[in-house]
Amino acid sequence: MQTGAQATGGRNRAAGADLWNRELLGHAARDSFRKLNPRWMLHNPVMFVVEVCSALTTVDALRHLFAGNLAQFNFVGQISAWLWLTVLFANFAEAMAEGRGQAQADALRRSRTEVTAKKVVASGIQQVPGASLVKGDIVLVEAGDVIPGDGEVIAGIAAVDESAITGESAPVVREAGGDRCAVTGGTLVISDQIRVRITAGRGESFLDRMISLIEGATRQKTPNEIALAILLAGLTLIFLVVVVTLAPFARYSHATVSVTVLIALLVCLVPTTIGGLLSAIGISGMNRLLQHNVVALSGRAIEAAGDVNVIMLDKTGTLTLGNRQAVEFRPLPGVAMEELATIALLSSLSDDTPEGRSIVALARGTHGAAADPAGAEFVPFTAQTRMSGINRGAELVRKGAGDAVAEFVRSQGGEIPGELEGIIAGIARSGGTPLVVAVNDRCLGVIHLKDVVKTGIRERLASLRRAGIRTVMITGDNPLTAETIAREVGVDDFLAQATPERKMEYILSQKREGYLVAMVGDGTNDAPALAHADVAVAMNTGTMAAREAGNMIDLDSNPQKLMDIVETGKQILITRGALTTFSVANDVAKYFAILPAMFVVVYPGLQALNIMHLTSPETAILSAIIFNALIIPLLIPLALRGVTYRPVGAATLLRNNLLVYGLGGLILPFVGIKLIDLVVTALHLVQTTVR
Amino acid sequence: MTVPGVLQLLVFMAVMALLAIPMGRYMHRVFEGRRTFLDPVLVPCERFIYRFCGMDPTAEMHWTTYGLALLALNLAGFVVLFALILLQQVLPLNPAHLPKVPFWVAWNTAVSFVSNTNWQVYGGESTLSYLTQMWLTVQQFLSPITGICFFLAVVRGFSRQNTDLLGNFWRDFVRTLLWISIPGAIVGTVVLVGLGSPQNFSPYTVVHTLQGASQTIAQGPIASMTSIMQLGDNGGGYMNMNAAHPFEAPNAASLLFQLLLGFLIPVGCVYLFGLMVKDRRQGWAIYATMALMFIPLTLIMYHAEAAGNPILAQFHLSGTANMEGKEVRFGPALSSLFNSGTTAVSWGSIAAANDSMTPIGGLIPLFNMMTGEVIFGSWGVGMVGMLAYAVLAVFLAGLMVGRTPEYLGKKIQAFEVKMSVLAMIVPSFVILIFAALSVMLKPGLGAIANPGPHGLSEVLYAFASGVGNNGSAFGGLNSAAPWYAATVGFAMLFGRYPMYLPLLAMAGSLGRKQRVPVSAGTFPTHGAMFVGLLAGTVVIVGALVFFPALALGPLAEQFAMQAGRLF
Repeated sequence: MQTGAQATGGRNRAAGADLWNRELLGHAARDSFRKLNPRWMLHNPVMFVVEVCSALTTVDALRHLFAGNLAQFNFVGQISAWLWLTVLFANFAEAMAEGRGQAQADALRRSRTEVTAKKVVASGIQQVPGASLVKGDIVLVEAGDVIPGDGEVIAGIAAVDESAITGESAPVVREAGGDRCAVTGGTLVISDQIRVRITAGRGESFLDRMISLIEGATRQKTPNEIALAILLAGLTLIFLVVVVTLAPFARYSHATVSVTVLIALLVCLVPTTIGGLLSAIGISGMNRLLQHNVVALSGRAIEAAGDVNVIMLDKTGTLTLGNRQAVEFRPLPGVAMEELATIALLSSLSDDTPEGRSIVALARGTHGAAADPAGAEFVPFTAQTRMSGINRGAELVRKGAGDAVAEFVRSQGGEIPGELEGIIAGIARSGGTPLVVAVNDRCLGVIHLKDVVKTGIRERLASLRRAGIRTVMITGDNPLTAETIAREVGVDDFLAQATPERKMEYILSQKREGYLVAMVGDGTNDAPALAHADVAVAMNTGTMAAREAGNMIDLDSNPQKLMDIVETGKQILITRGALTTFSVANDVAKYFAILPAMFVVVYPGLQALNIMHLTSPETAILSAIIFNALIIPLLIPLALRGVTYRPVGAATLLRNNLLVYGLGGLILPFVGIKLIDLVVTALHLVQTTVR
Repeated sequence: MTVPGVLQLLVFMAVMALLAIPMGRYMHRVFEGRRTFLDPVLVPCERFIYRFCGMDPTAEMHWTTYGLALLALNLAGFVVLFALILLQQVLPLNPAHLPKVPFWVAWNTAVSFVSNTNWQVYGGESTLSYLTQMWLTVQQFLSPITGICFFLAVVRGFSRQNTDLLGNFWRDFVRTLLWISIPGAIVGTVVLVGLGSPQNFSPYTVVHTLQGASQTIAQGPIASMTSIMQLGDNGGGYMNMNAAHPFEAPNAASLLFQLLLGFLIPVGCVYLFGLMVKDRRQGWAIYATMALMFIPLTLIMYHAEAAGNPILAQFHLSGTANMEGKEVRFGPALSSLFNSGTTAVSWGSIAAANDSMTPIGGLIPLFNMMTGEVIFGSWGVGMVGMLAYAVLAVFLAGLMVGRTPEYLGKKIQAFEVKMSVLAMIVPSFVILIFAALSVMLKPGLGAIANPGPHGLSEVLYAFASGVGNNGSAFGGLNSAAPWYAATVGFAMLFGRYPMYLPLLAMAGSLGRKQRVPVSAGTFPTHGAMFVGLLAGTVVIVGALVFFPALALGPLAEQFAMQAGRLF
């Protein structure tokens, strides 16, 4: 059942793929009966009304049975059965949604086994149960130990297996200081040892929060869900009054209308379809985010993600590949391209930075250069020299920033050709980084290093723009370089020479204009900006400060996720709106089925309203009720999967959805009720009075 | 149906659209405090009023203060009027020594004239003293102004941002009275006199007819009274026959002019709305929605009336058209336009008897009122009702664009939904519950003249008219009976004020919100799709709520009529 939006779900796809998993179904079926408890039903006023109606019709049916009125018992009994099924179907939808998250929660809980922590106390190391640790305690974790709680590495470096929470088997490095100091309880240290300062007490760790979120124990309703619930309660109340007042109108018109028929009308009118599926949509939305390996720390954040109209993206790693790549050699006049390529290759053979490797690849691949590094001595890059290279006997090969290499050449007694300045400026203007290559006192030329835009990113940004979302690139580059890359990538705006203050200032200025801002961050210096962003996604590899400031955590630490998150947020809202529209539109057909059935005896002319030509009043009412019940399980896959979202403008999106769910919701029940009526008639489910 | 009959409707709507522009602009100038050509005369009057009453017109108000001022003024008007009616027998200016008015009639009348309903359960000349009648005229002037103030406060909630303040009630009230009500009534009077309505203080004329009988011709300051009641969408006419009387509307031109007069301020409000939110397309979208509903509804009514009653048609008494209860000078086309128009605009003046319409012909005015009189509506109130529907429509459909729904840049969230649902369900509840009680209880049943589906229509109409503050009557119902005098009084009360507070609260909440900038992800609320969506919401919500009741009333009657049975 996996489609579109979920295809990026990654390795957890397997867990979500089997929507109709047998075990899951059995569990959900049992749960849907357990949820019949009226106290549980009260949280959903629409379905609570249906449950009360089911109980009332059951009593009515039994009354007919004991009175020996079997024909009436047959009719009322069937209505009652279908009403109970309506409630059960709604419960089933919710149980299904919960069940899909439950599996993941169980896996997490298994990882939260009791561990013995090596607590660092004044007298040395003390063995204590992991549960007794409080915020601020310091523990020693050695290879093979499970980290007893969330915390920060304060000393040491270690490889940590975090597969318990991320599903990723490759270990990650955690070290004191910097942006990779956060560790999560329940993960396993594979090598070395670290000292960890515990930052979360029992029950409030990241793992605990994740489990409770997934299990829905702390699932708060999102703002739009609350607003929709109010509207649904209002509609239910209106229809309750409509049906209750219909009884006196009917009596005034000398029509006999039984309580069961009035109840049938009420249940058909109240928005049971969306009422039954509402919580399933919310729960499955959170599950879909989990399939993207994103944990939302509040439902509000998921919804805000749908509303976001400005997205701030880090240039490096998100929009461009993390590393600059050599794309071109620019020899100075009088220097052969082969010579430059050969020297560039020579200078980089021992340089295993990504830039160095890309120079080797370019020299060998495009220019067929070859060099023998025998006897060469590597000169590594330092912040002082801002150059690297090799010394091979008297031959000193250098590559580095323009002014640094120029200084070197002059110190060797060489001259700087006038053309060099122009080449360097040209490369910088185009958004690239120039590396000047020199041998002793001779300047040979320039290597053009360029940020390489990730494939597909342009299209992704264009689709965001169609959905009305502005993208902003954050970069430490100078404005000139930033502008070039911004144009190449296709972002709407950029923030060059970004500092934590400038990022926060930018977010605040956008918010003052009414924009909702989403941002991804990992470092501690991102924390102030994250705290102000409406949707703040912290990388799981990030610091504890960043994770505390964020309202979502990306377990894969893939900043491009932000776009998936936005789309999931929109999908949840669209699904709710679509099913509500569908549910309300359905009512029109149900009126045309039930009203003539109710009053055709007193006003035969009302038969004209029976435009579906249903067989008899009894089959009409039963068919409407059956349709009303069956539509819920039929829409469960849609509720769990979400309405397909395409990044197009709001007007187009609305027109398409209105056509499908509005017009479809108007027409479909006419067809459905007619078909059910044919079946009901063919099976002689109820006695049909012949007119 | 004839081509000129249909054209008349279309031309009327086009003329109204053109008139909306200058009217809306003028009102915008007035409320923005910009110069108008009337300033030399009116500004001193305005200053005098503020000084005399000790008001500070520059002090902006929170929604609660604004609402309190509005309610306080209405309550004061009610108390004075109620006391005047109850005590008229001991008060001066009662030369005819008219006796004490029954309690429930007094209650009904007081609520009626304060709430701009002008539902009349009494015969004026035989029940009320001159003093009472004079005060009723004052109320006819004042009650619609409250609606404009309400409208201004609500629209300011949409047009302002990051503020708690929604304007100053007293300033809005005084400026509407001086710049709009009074000049409008004067111009209206002059034109009506020009079109042949009498304006005099002469005694009634007694004439002898050809058959030798003598007849008393009533007259008086008819032009000015008519002008006030039509401009203010009051509908409480000078003559019992209302606009069907030859002195109130001597000819079709006069009747059409009155129709223009009644529509003028409501359409002006629609355009003013566009100006206030600084996007005239928003105003036009609302105008288009209203026209899109009004034209087909009126055509259905016209069609039903022109097709007439098949049972009568077979006797070849007249043409096929249903002329019962209609003025021959106007015929079905203009009568349909007028009666549909005066129920769309919460107005209540009539040019033909609704009770005598075909069932479908009677259904249209009923439906106009049941949907909340949001098709233009009376001064400002209908426009606000339409905005409440727009909030709901945008909320429902807006979710489908994948964002928290926005209208005019303001996010529609739980509080706004709660308030607009509240404003929408209370009127429906009142109509349905009072009508249900009336057909259950003896005092209610006893006053119904025509049992069967027609009687149900009469009862539904009475409460729909009361709740909608329309004031027109279907007829056939003894509305002066204590049961109806009391319950319709409550209906008028519940139909107006429970809608004010939630929507003012909504405006307060909207005013505090920051406007969301428009982008490609914003659902546009000025296009054809929004117009269709909004009209669809109004019709579907109205139909879903009232379909069962209407099925047992007008629909059952129409089908029975086609089958050869009358009630």
